[in-house]
Amino acid sequence: MTATDVAPRARERAAKGGAGTRPVSLWSGRVSFRAHPRTAWVCGVGLLVSGLLLTVSLCVGAYPVPVPDVARALFVGTGDRLAVHFVNQERLPQALLAILVGGALGISGAVFQSLSRNPLASPDVIGFNSGAATGAIVVIVAFGGSAAQVATGAIGGGLLTALVVYLLASKGGVHGVRLVLIGLGVTAMLGSVNSYLLTRSTLNSAQNAHIWLIGTLSGRTWGSVRTMVVALLVLLPATVLLGRRLRVLELGDELASGLGLRVDRARLALTVLGIGLCGVAVASAGPVPFVALAAPQIAARLTRSPGVSVVAAGVTGAALLSAAHLASNQFFAVLAWVGDRVPWLAVVDDSQRNSQLPVGVTTAVLGGLYLAWVLFNRRGEGRR
Amino acid sequence: MAQSTAGPPGPARHPGAVASPPAPGSTTPGRDRARARAAGGREAAPDGGAGRAALRGGGLLALGGLLLLLTVVSTWVGTKDTSLAEVWRALWSDDGSYTTEVIKELRLPRTMVGLMAGAGLGAAGAIMQSLTRNPLADPGLLGVNAGASAAVVFGLGVVGVSGYPTLVWFSFVGAALTTVVVYVLGASGRGGASPVRLALAGAAISASLSGLIAGLTVFDAATYDYLRFWMVGSLAGRSSDLVPQMLPFVTVGLVIALLLARPLNALALGDDLGRALGARIARTRLLGVVAVTLLTGTATAAAGPIGFVGLVIPLVARWFTGPDLRWVLPYSMLLAPCLLLGADIVGRVVLPRGELEVGAVTAVIGAPVFIAMVRRRKEVSL
Repeated sequence: MTATDVAPRARERAAKGGAGTRPVSLWSGRVSFRAHPRTAWVCGVGLLVSGLLLTVSLCVGAYPVPVPDVARALFVGTGDRLAVHFVNQERLPQALLAILVGGALGISGAVFQSLSRNPLASPDVIGFNSGAATGAIVVIVAFGGSAAQVATGAIGGGLLTALVVYLLASKGGVHGVRLVLIGLGVTAMLGSVNSYLLTRSTLNSAQNAHIWLIGTLSGRTWGSVRTMVVALLVLLPATVLLGRRLRVLELGDELASGLGLRVDRARLALTVLGIGLCGVAVASAGPVPFVALAAPQIAARLTRSPGVSVVAAGVTGAALLSAAHLASNQFFAVLAWVGDRVPWLAVVDDSQRNSQLPVGVTTAVLGGLYLAWVLFNRRGEGRR
Repeated sequence: MAQSTAGPPGPARHPGAVASPPAPGSTTPGRDRARARAAGGREAAPDGGAGRAALRGGGLLALGGLLLLLTVVSTWVGTKDTSLAEVWRALWSDDGSYTTEVIKELRLPRTMVGLMAGAGLGAAGAIMQSLTRNPLADPGLLGVNAGASAAVVFGLGVVGVSGYPTLVWFSFVGAALTTVVVYVLGASGRGGASPVRLALAGAAISASLSGLIAGLTVFDAATYDYLRFWMVGSLAGRSSDLVPQMLPFVTVGLVIALLLARPLNALALGDDLGRALGARIARTRLLGVVAVTLLTGTATAAAGPIGFVGLVIPLVARWFTGPDLRWVLPYSMLLAPCLLLGADIVGRVVLPRGELEVGAVTAVIGAPVFIAMVRRRKEVSL
């Protein structure tokens, strides 16, 4: 949505202010690159906010732990046994996962939006998400499914679907429109299969699958964090390095190859990396909506840079998902707190007081409202 | 897309004539068919010569015949074995037998609902794709499906209504309210309801509503249990009261759709050119949204959110007819119920016991056909 409208303004500004970048050289010129001071600022603040949100989510919950006890549980591992368990085994891995998943989603969104020059682009075009959903549902319905099994099923289903779509579409070269249409057909088919599977399973496993499909971090443990860290150690450096090629690709194929870039190869590599990032995120937390879409847009607004910076998008995604994670966990507690004080607002009964919303609920509602707000705010601007 | 070529350059003043085929052989002589096909249906549509018009008319007749056949088969085939003679007798006489009851109370309503929902979804899809200038737009784009689902969840979980007839009205009102909100949000700019703004407003509201649905169903197993079956989309067990309830909405929607064919053709040329050709842009868009809401809202309320049909049928219809909505609309109105009824029949007979919901079958048999068609075409256009 907004790349098309952010970009011209930002480009104008960039043209006026000499692109706002500043050359930086280290080790007496052996390493040099152009830095964008505002982007650096935004990244710093984003990391700070993420850290702050992480700290808060370690403290609050059904069993509140004051900050000194949190620190003791973290660094010494002593103190109240319940506090140590909650902080080390539940809250910390989930809050870390929120940061990692948010970052991966933000970066993958930036890559896809930039590659396709379409601000609403996602790997869903080639059926990745619906395939991942089918894989996860099959695992949940057929095997019950631990988090690791579901993650494997999701990754397998997503990759298989993407591969099938790609192969079906490649007939003497992959044609853009054909790829989109076949992706659409396969997505529709899998959507039907998914809802059929949900009706033919027990209510209990259907509900587990439903929650996975919304996107959730609850119940995730250190195992998920470890997988995510390993995957990101491989994918992140490559994406950040190749991210600079995105700027060149945005100039258009002809100009990019004129500048010496192997366009096809760069695009394929970036697509694979984008799918990989989105894939590990979906595998660990389910298809959390809107972060991949909104993070690059918000980052572009904050940094006022013409293109979407991969790193800034990642940091913004991390901060967004951390905030959504905290809000989802505290939603019922806050409602109950309000209900205790204002009796006619008491909508939460005691059994729900400590339940946690899946994080996808929060990102969907807030993401939709954000999009509506952007639209409403732009009403004064000319027609498009 | 249809932008560059569609549309008769006449003023939109002939509402009576829109459903009928365009005047044959008006200006351009017939073209080389192969070239036309290579252009992927982008040829200047209405003036393909008498031969082309006759071909399209013939295709329409053939589709009508197919639909009639499927309607007959749909009242005939089912778990209870019946002969065609029995079906015929049951239609005209009421002997109170079990067979008559099965046909009159189960199969006939189900077939009629399928016909109306299908025609509505096909027409709504064609209108939507023209209105948003997006050949891949779904009739649910304006938030109809999300609104209907949210209303069902709200009705069940919060208000506590039960019973199918009440929920039909809930989902219809939910769909209508959502489209109003989407339209107001999309139209709140100086430029009015531009295609992009409408689509974005629809996406925004749908996303928020789906989050809300998710939040309401996570802790409410009973509501989710209903929702998961509703979401598939089914024609089974529709009462015969539903048919007269749907009929006025679908009729009005289809009539508006057909009347809009010409103005929408003009609008496909772009706002400025369309205005110059005499199309009233704001009125056309508003009426288009009204038609889509009536048709999709009714179909969704009656049969659940059935995807694929409204998205793919107009696309396939355009491959046959070219971009002229005066042909695309009737083709979509006939093709879509063919797919829906066919899928419903397959769903009834494919399992030894029980049946498959029409929503599950539609995409599973429709998508492979669609993919094969995409792969066979040398030049794929939208």
